[in-house]
Amino acid sequence: MGSYILKRLISAVPVLIGITVIVFLIMAMIPGDPATAILGSYATPDNVAKLNRDLGLDKPLVARYFIWLGNMLTGDFGRSFSLNRPVLDEILERFNATLILAGTSFVICSVLGVLAGVVSAARQYGLADKAITFVVLIGISIPSFFLGMMMILLFAVNLKWLPVSGMYAIYGGGDLPDLLSHLIMPAAALSVVATGVIARLARSAMLEVLRQDYIRTARAKGVGEGRVVYGHALRAAMVSIIPVLGIQAGFVLSGSVFIEIVFQWPGVGRMLVDAILKRDILLVQGGVVFVAACYVFFNICVDVAQSLLDPRIKT
Amino acid sequence: MSAALKVTDLAKTFPISGGLLGRQKAGVRAVRPMSFEVAQGETLGIVGESGCGKSTLARMLVGLLDPTEGRIEIEGKALDNADAAAFGRLIQYIFQDPVSSLNPRKTIRQIMEAPLKRLYGMKRAERDTRIAEIFDSVNLREEFLDRYPHEFSGGQAQRIGIARALAASPRIIILDEPVSALDVSVQAQVLNLMRDLKAAFGLTYLFISHDLAVVEAVSDRIVVLYFGAVVEIGRAQEVFANPRHPYTKLLADSAPVVGRPLTAPEQTSSELPDPLNPPPGCAFATRCPRATDICRQSDPQLEQVGDDQYAACFHPL
Amino acid sequence: MRFLSLLFRNRLAAMGAVVLSLIVLLVLLIPVLPLQDPDVTNTADRFLPPLSEGHLLGTDHLGRDLLARLLYGTRLSLAVGLFAALIAGTIGSAVGIVAGYFGGRIDNVIMRGIDMLMAFPYILLALAIVAALGPGLLNALIAVAAVNIPFFARNIRGITVGLAGREFIDAARLSGMGHGRIILTELLPNVLSTIVIAMSTTVGWMILETAGLSFLGLGSQPPQADLGSMLGEARSSMITNPHTSIVPGIMIFLIVMSINLLGDGVRDALDPRLRSGALARPQARTMVRRKAPLPADDGKGLLNIQRLETQFHVGKRVYRAVNDVSLHVNAGECLGVIGESGSGKSVTALSVMGLVASPPGVITGGAVRYEGEDLLAAPYESLRKKRGEKVAYIFQDPLSTLHPLYRVGDQLAEAIQVHHRVSDAEARAKAIELFRSVRIPNPESRIRNYPHEMSGGMRQRVGIAMALANDPDVIIADEPTTALDVTVQAQILSLLDDLRRERGLAIVFITHDFGVVAQLCDRVAVMYGGRIVEQGTTTDILDRPAHPYTKRLMACVPELGGGKRELAAIPGLPPIVSDLPPGCAFAPRCHKATPACREGEIALDGGDARAVRCIHPEEEIA
Repeated sequence: MGSYILKRLISAVPVLIGITVIVFLIMAMIPGDPATAILGSYATPDNVAKLNRDLGLDKPLVARYFIWLGNMLTGDFGRSFSLNRPVLDEILERFNATLILAGTSFVICSVLGVLAGVVSAARQYGLADKAITFVVLIGISIPSFFLGMMMILLFAVNLKWLPVSGMYAIYGGGDLPDLLSHLIMPAAALSVVATGVIARLARSAMLEVLRQDYIRTARAKGVGEGRVVYGHALRAAMVSIIPVLGIQAGFVLSGSVFIEIVFQWPGVGRMLVDAILKRDILLVQGGVVFVAACYVFFNICVDVAQSLLDPRIKT
Repeated sequence: MSAALKVTDLAKTFPISGGLLGRQKAGVRAVRPMSFEVAQGETLGIVGESGCGKSTLARMLVGLLDPTEGRIEIEGKALDNADAAAFGRLIQYIFQDPVSSLNPRKTIRQIMEAPLKRLYGMKRAERDTRIAEIFDSVNLREEFLDRYPHEFSGGQAQRIGIARALAASPRIIILDEPVSALDVSVQAQVLNLMRDLKAAFGLTYLFISHDLAVVEAVSDRIVVLYFGAVVEIGRAQEVFANPRHPYTKLLADSAPVVGRPLTAPEQTSSELPDPLNPPPGCAFATRCPRATDICRQSDPQLEQVGDDQYAACFHPL
Repeated sequence: MRFLSLLFRNRLAAMGAVVLSLIVLLVLLIPVLPLQDPDVTNTADRFLPPLSEGHLLGTDHLGRDLLARLLYGTRLSLAVGLFAALIAGTIGSAVGIVAGYFGGRIDNVIMRGIDMLMAFPYILLALAIVAALGPGLLNALIAVAAVNIPFFARNIRGITVGLAGREFIDAARLSGMGHGRIILTELLPNVLSTIVIAMSTTVGWMILETAGLSFLGLGSQPPQADLGSMLGEARSSMITNPHTSIVPGIMIFLIVMSINLLGDGVRDALDPRLRSGALARPQARTMVRRKAPLPADDGKGLLNIQRLETQFHVGKRVYRAVNDVSLHVNAGECLGVIGESGSGKSVTALSVMGLVASPPGVITGGAVRYEGEDLLAAPYESLRKKRGEKVAYIFQDPLSTLHPLYRVGDQLAEAIQVHHRVSDAEARAKAIELFRSVRIPNPESRIRNYPHEMSGGMRQRVGIAMALANDPDVIIADEPTTALDVTVQAQILSLLDDLRRERGLAIVFITHDFGVVAQLCDRVAVMYGGRIVEQGTTTDILDRPAHPYTKRLMACVPELGGGKRELAAIPGLPPIVSDLPPGCAFAPRCHKATPACREGEIALDGGDARAVRCIHPEEEIA
């Protein structure tokens, strides 16, 4: 097992390098003088010159890439001009908030999605199946940002059950219950689509598995139906569900950008959108690379979980 | 008269991607260097169990797989699979799964036309006459031409596969388990048809199968493969009636025969050696009741053991 | 046409189609509708509520007519989403086909690149692209298309790899076709439906994604608006004037939902597996809907199948897989059931313990009696308790019939523990003992293997050990050696024979091989077209077959030791059980058939010892 984890970690290195190359190339597409583009047209000539020197923008593309990569490896992601602080500091602070939001949503959608899908498959064409299918269909069709706005209208503005936005109350907040009350709506809005997608997939994976010969074997042995469905079939279905959980984690992370905007959640997503609108390119670059790298490591965990479940994967 | 097909030291090794740094380990030797000849108009049977390399051999012969070493000659000329059209006019292949060998989205006519167009550049009218001729010779009705493959049963689909191979007017046809997907009652129809076609068109067959009785019934000579190597070659009526290699004997004794009492043939184990890490010496030694020390040390070579019969064994029966 | 009728048979898909066409129709009618200019501001009329005069849906924060903005925005969103899907679908599919067809190094390089792109959560890549190109609808379209390319490439590559390994691609190569031609004429037609399915299920996504970018202010720029930017602009006044948010929000929802419904419908209509209804979940036991009265218990045998009828109901077609079959087996006896594919032999076997997949399988008549009790009428729990405990099965392909994720020892232990309260340690000890009894070497270490770590012969021994786990009285073996090599088959058969003698088992042995029947079975029933055509002791049937089918089938089987020879054949094809001819099913292929053979029911004449269903039998039976 240890050797498998090591192997996966090593295989992540080229992926991480690829990520930096892609981000670097995309940023190199920015037309015109990069420094002016990064700093915006109102930048002083001094600032432009300084940035050109800092980034070595006078050097060729390949050299620039390695300078940038080298700096990042030493923890220097550059300095955000719009916030006037190191990019990494800002990212680390914001990432914490995103992790709380996206993590909660991911747990919700994984548990609910798999549960709904399995129940739906177990009672195919029954009332529960029809109800779940219908709710799921609505769930995957509704834009999360619209759903978030409607939730604010209903639960915060009209019913006044929950705070409108933010992560903590401005006065007197800061403890766990305060955080939770702020977290409920955004986490729920964020998990709806992913829950729907996972439920659909889990349902079809279960239906596929339930037709397999080894399920018939289990029945022929006299194994009861509950154990057939929730033991034999679910375990086999998890083999195709787990990779989808990994992909959906990416979607949850993506969706958090919108939710953070709607709910004024102080996370990386909101930071990125602000940075783009302010053309704070270093902050965008750093944020994208950082989050993508975290996602790569999350996917390694998914693969390890998969290899624990499926002995056919060589360890 | 030169041989229709001559194979010299033909071998295939599948590389295995190496460990962490991608270093090349020794690969799996699916086919060990083997040599044999097929005479003009002959049917050579190739028989062996799973893992013996018979399908790899077949795919190399028709150019779908490049050999690692060795050469293939057809009618005295070395085979060159660079020119697909020239190649297709010499040798054709009939597949194990007849339905899967027909493109589900094409009509039978489109399937039949491909070799005529690509290999011979025939015009429309010419093609139609030729297809009619071929269909007549395999007993298929022309109305089938505008249907799609899923409308046919396995036996009919295999006739269509045969018709397609004939359309290329090849000299040699490789038959890879052509009837093992068919029911017994249909199997004989197809086998008899192929025998008639062979006489009518002067073809040479290489007939690959795991079914000993079928191979014996259609072949002139038989090659027995085990673990990628030839263990015995001989005339069809001799090989199983009078096997000289212990593995051939085991095969012959294992085939269920009406009226023979049920006894598992004597052997110490039933497992093939690990292909990733094969033991030295004869691959059959671990299962062989006659094995001695020499069998576990060096590879036996194919040696003449009787009239036109060869066996690769230190202690032939 | 067939596709459309299939599509609209799905009510939800039809509903989606109706809603979507209404929206598209409205959008297409924009030039002729009396709409106001969507971009003319009139701050005096800001935030008019819906149903105001002159503004059906009210106005927004700049006093612009919401209805006009909604329709123009919808047009823009639809167009952008559709274009993004087309671009992503085309490029992604092309990449996927090339990678999947050529394989090897090309595949490796391409898929590594795709994996890199997939390593980003999609929005990050889109944000990076928009950050570089600058905000704008066209750039948002490019970003959305780009982040969806990997999805198509992966999907299509997967399908292509499967197809490229298929034999018809090899056949095309041997017909002299080049790579380009094979890709265009052999592969593309076969992946096209998958591409269409993938597109129709992702258009909705792409509309959502572009709307999302616009919502963030990174897509369409003012004054032009798509649905996303309308929602984004309305957000600041959401609390005071919710209608400006709700109107575009509902529209996005309607569009995406109708596209999703339609997409699901397209998928179901194009996917042949779903079309035949095969994805229905098989129930815990086969459905029983007996039409004929229950046959009286005649007290024969330990297991007694009486006048069994099993059918498959697929759409309007009825496949009569098993038709009036009666069989029985005594303790210590081996009954062979022989027939070709489609003869109903396996369905007969599976019907006994209700293991025929249902739907589509239905038992429509007869009885299955075990020690006199009718299993078809028994409550589920009572049937379940007999499965494996009294009547056990051995199946054909031991790789697909063992659970791939459980250790073989655990699967064996489970077979014991579902029927008996024994500790894990005891079950394990019993498993080792069973492995030893089926002659698996090193049972102590073998029980820790997974099925994929064993050879075919060893796996089938596990299958047999599992069947023996609870000392059943009857074992039903459904072609247990068909997937095995001859040398292994011989060993498995002699193992079964020994076990039967040692334990006094009753075995029902299903096979298509006369050689196997001859060696193992005491009595034989021959099936054709879902019926028993002949039955008797093995020696009688083999020496003096009475039914022309039996006689001629046996002549077809080549026997080892005969040398090169002409083989006997039966002309024609086996019958299709959804379209059986009246009278004898074999009549169309039979050289002795007379008009009488083609009409009316032909009875199985004779007794238990010897019976034949033929008007012109080859042998007179006593």
